Amino acid sequence: MKSQNYMDLKIPSKSINESFARSAVAAFCLQLDPTIAELADIKTAVSEAVTNCIVHAYNSANGEIYIKSEITDDRVLIVKIRDKGKGIADIKQAMEPLFTTGGEERAGLGFAVMESFMDKVKVTSREGKGTTVTLYKKFFRVTNEKPE
Amino acid sequence: MINTDYQDGVMTVYLSGEIDQHTSKSIRQEIDSRTEALRPNLLCLDFSKVRFMDSSGIGLIMGRFRQMSLIGGRLKITNLPENIDRIVKLSGVQTLGVLK
Ligand SMILES: Nc1ncnc2c1ncn2[C@@H]1O[C@H](COP(=O)(O)OP(=O)(O)OP(=O)(O)O)[C@@H](O)[C@H]1O
Ligand SMILES: [Mg+2]
Repeated sequence: MKSQNYMDLKIPSKSINESFARSAVAAFCLQLDPTIAELADIKTAVSEAVTNCIVHAYNSANGEIYIKSEITDDRVLIVKIRDKGKGIADIKQAMEPLFTTGGEERAGLGFAVMESFMDKVKVTSREGKGTTVTLYKKFFRVTNEKPE
Repeated sequence: MINTDYQDGVMTVYLSGEIDQHTSKSIRQEIDSRTEALRPNLLCLDFSKVRFMDSSGIGLIMGRFRQMSLIGGRLKITNLPENIDRIVKLSGVQTLGVLK
């Protein structure tokens, strides 16, 4: 999978950046000619991962979030969202639907949403060091097949 | 950011724009303070003008369901655009009987 195009973003962990981050990745993937539904999927999955960095990794304190988006030769969008926050002790448990350490107002559905809206989700983490979430989605439509 | 109307024990909240962790905080505070003041039997959340929602919105729905149960009222969610409907279905909140 050779990378054909990429974009690097580094943003502070401020909740106002959630909207910017998902919109930026969505704009980057426009070159893949996504459907409206595919765009909504990407936005939602990126929003989940970035929000987790802000809320959980850095506990709403200051930190930095790194977002690397790439498009491969075979039209796969790969978005890597990385923090240097507290890390996840038990990844399997964290990814279970409804599991949350976030209290009353959190549904515990972020990972379930990422897994359902993307083709693949990979999580690596080290306690005290940080977490990397990688999202994959393949796009099948080719520009010249698009009916006009 | 949100419009509310109240009639015969029914409080309807018209949500709009994007619901994420950043925006849900003030939406929640506004709904809760109006609910406390008006004490409706039914709280209706209208999503027709919502363009984006992530799991923070599901937390918002579940939290309001809990708040309404505490004061002996009910919660309904209505007019879900297609992309909002997908995440709602995925969350399973419809099993709480909140879909209109
Ligand atoms: N980047 C991260 N750093 C540290 N912990 C994390 C990170 N992402 C997720 N977690 C842990 O995994 C749990 C599950 O995350 P998930 O996004 O599924 O649910 P949530 O964030 O708790 O709730 P929701 O996303 O529905 O608001 C979190 O409660 C948190 O404990
Ligand atoms: Mg989350």
